[in-house]
Amino acid sequence: MAGLKQRAWAAAPLWAALLLCGCGHSGPKVEVLHFWAMGIEAEVVAQLIPAFEREHPLIQVEIQQLAWTAAHEKLLTAIAGDATPDLCQLGNSWIPELVALRALVPLQARVGESRQIVPDDYFPGVWQTNLIGAALYGIPWYVDTRLLFYRSDLLKAAGYDAPAVTWSGWLEQLQAIKRMVGPQRYAILLPLNEFEPLQILALNQPEAMLRDGDRYGNFRSASFRNALAFYRNLFAESLAPTMTNTQISNVWNELGRGYFSFYVSGPWNIAEFKKRLPPEQQGSWMTALMPGVEGPGVTNAGGSSLVLFARSRHQASAWQLIEYLSRPAVQQRFHELTGDLPPRRSSWEGGEIGRDPYSRAFRMQLENLRTFPKVPEWEQIMQGMRVMAERVVQGQQDIDSAVTGFDAEVDGMLAKRRWMLDRHRGNP
Amino acid sequence: MSASARHAAWGFTLPALLLIAVFFLLPVIAALAISFTDFDLYALADPANLRVVGLHNYSTLLTTPMFWKALGNTAIFVVLGVPLSLAASLGAALLVESRLARFRGFFRTALFAPVVTTLVAVALIWRYLLHTRYGLLNYALSHLGLPTIDWLGDPHWSMPAIVLLAVWKNFGYNMIILIAALQSIPEDLHEAARLDGAGTWARLRHITLPLLSPTLVLVGILTVSGYFQLFAEPYVMTQGGPLQSTVSVLYFMFEQGFKWWNLGFASAVAFMLFALILGLTTLQMRLARRASLA
Repeated sequence: MAGLKQRAWAAAPLWAALLLCGCGHSGPKVEVLHFWAMGIEAEVVAQLIPAFEREHPLIQVEIQQLAWTAAHEKLLTAIAGDATPDLCQLGNSWIPELVALRALVPLQARVGESRQIVPDDYFPGVWQTNLIGAALYGIPWYVDTRLLFYRSDLLKAAGYDAPAVTWSGWLEQLQAIKRMVGPQRYAILLPLNEFEPLQILALNQPEAMLRDGDRYGNFRSASFRNALAFYRNLFAESLAPTMTNTQISNVWNELGRGYFSFYVSGPWNIAEFKKRLPPEQQGSWMTALMPGVEGPGVTNAGGSSLVLFARSRHQASAWQLIEYLSRPAVQQRFHELTGDLPPRRSSWEGGEIGRDPYSRAFRMQLENLRTFPKVPEWEQIMQGMRVMAERVVQGQQDIDSAVTGFDAEVDGMLAKRRWMLDRHRGNP
Repeated sequence: MSASARHAAWGFTLPALLLIAVFFLLPVIAALAISFTDFDLYALADPANLRVVGLHNYSTLLTTPMFWKALGNTAIFVVLGVPLSLAASLGAALLVESRLARFRGFFRTALFAPVVTTLVAVALIWRYLLHTRYGLLNYALSHLGLPTIDWLGDPHWSMPAIVLLAVWKNFGYNMIILIAALQSIPEDLHEAARLDGAGTWARLRHITLPLLSPTLVLVGILTVSGYFQLFAEPYVMTQGGPLQSTVSVLYFMFEQGFKWWNLGFASAVAFMLFALILGLTTLQMRLARRASLA
């Protein structure tokens, strides 16, 4: 924060100059929108803004770039200090939290009047992540889901033409690859510092991870035990190395070298693999749907949405910017710049993305997403799950005591939520 | 002292006192108050969601396995790191100040350089040094015929790896303080001892170390209280892993407070750590005083 303040002071002469210039003109006032965005999207969205400003000469957009690693803290601090922007790019798993803080504006009335944003055009799994109860709080900007990246040549050498769609078939393929590559190499990389692979396995099971209206943990269910057992077995059979991502300096090279043949990752890696693998290897990798327990599986509905802040005094203009960024043509351009996957079907028709073979699996998978429980504590629960799973994988704890112990931990994290829900029921 | 002199004195100290009150005392009192509540995300949204819970945060903390694990990890770091760091600083200071040393200025700068480099950049390089398959350290080990170590992946070795990084990163600071102290030891004491036939070792033991001891105590206390606040190294190197083996007390507090926004609980952790550091450094001071009296 100190840095920000200093910068604001440093810009003081500039502001003064602007004010002086402003005095000279009369006429309509230009509205300045403060738009917070994160990571690569923040860098790239600036290129889309000039066209918007030409269409709306009275709106000026100021983009503030946040690093993903610091974004969560920044947002909460901004809310605590009443210093929120007008609109923001928001990871959709953070929406419940910001809604609990009453920082966001419901959007369904605006969507009802909009001709640009058509709910039915959006992939239902990702649209739903923006609904808290019946109220809509965000418009999906891009989808960030994970599925399989794999070495098609190694899979073929192991005797298979295409990746399996069921867990048992998948396991068979992983075992065949492991037999082929030997003890020094592996069939799949599941970094122990990422919760997403296990989360996706658990989402493919019938029972949810929380129960009773998301008041208690449900990790002792048969479903989660199955997912965890499958996950643990991948390490126990040495199909996956017991490693974190920080230990693998370069996942792209390692996939190229065949250190592992499968990797559960997201769309951002399409561009990375295209860029980082040598041209002669470009025909040797592909993407595939997540396998399910008995047939094609589901995967997580991650991604970012665009949200309006309750304290903004420029909500109407900010909404115009959201509408602009949601246009299929703009989303296609955005995809070309970032590799991010558009959240609406019409953005996938035509353009570069419709022709890209590596994106095809993603397009199919987007029809088949599953939303995680929408509680503010979800990320904390997932980080806890990762730690618990790491203990199980390293053989420090058996599945039974791990899941019952973790349920108790989750019940503790949700205690305040239960108290709040009960209180609101008591005096509505 | 006359009244006007007293007023003048207050006038001079008041700005500083005000700053301390506003930016230090007030936040500390507020944090103490918060540690008796369940201040969290929901309370941030609506103060009506705040409950005063008394000592509940502290009692929960004492029954939280992760806190004890973090405390244990921090203790390992301090027990391994402080002696190693002091030995490295003292050794480096003696070498640089040795009469045989050439290019003193260069070595002083080179050894101090890690202190002023950015940890994030340094961590990147250390991650390569510690890499299991391509790392320089394991390359050296395998050349010596020793088994290689999965530095950042094996929960037994992750903390020693962090200790190595922290000692390398920090010893230069203490070295500078010790160099200053070494330079203040009068040369004639050494000369007299040499005339009496004292060797290098005897002079180190009976002249240098006793005269350095006040500085060593100071450096020791600073290092202990600094090393208890281990945070940045695991944050950039391991994010607390593997198997939570590098989660320190401060890292635990950061996660609770700024990641999950359980500020009440996190404040309780902060005061627990404060009490611990205060207790230990006081003990250190007492021991040092008794040793100097004896």
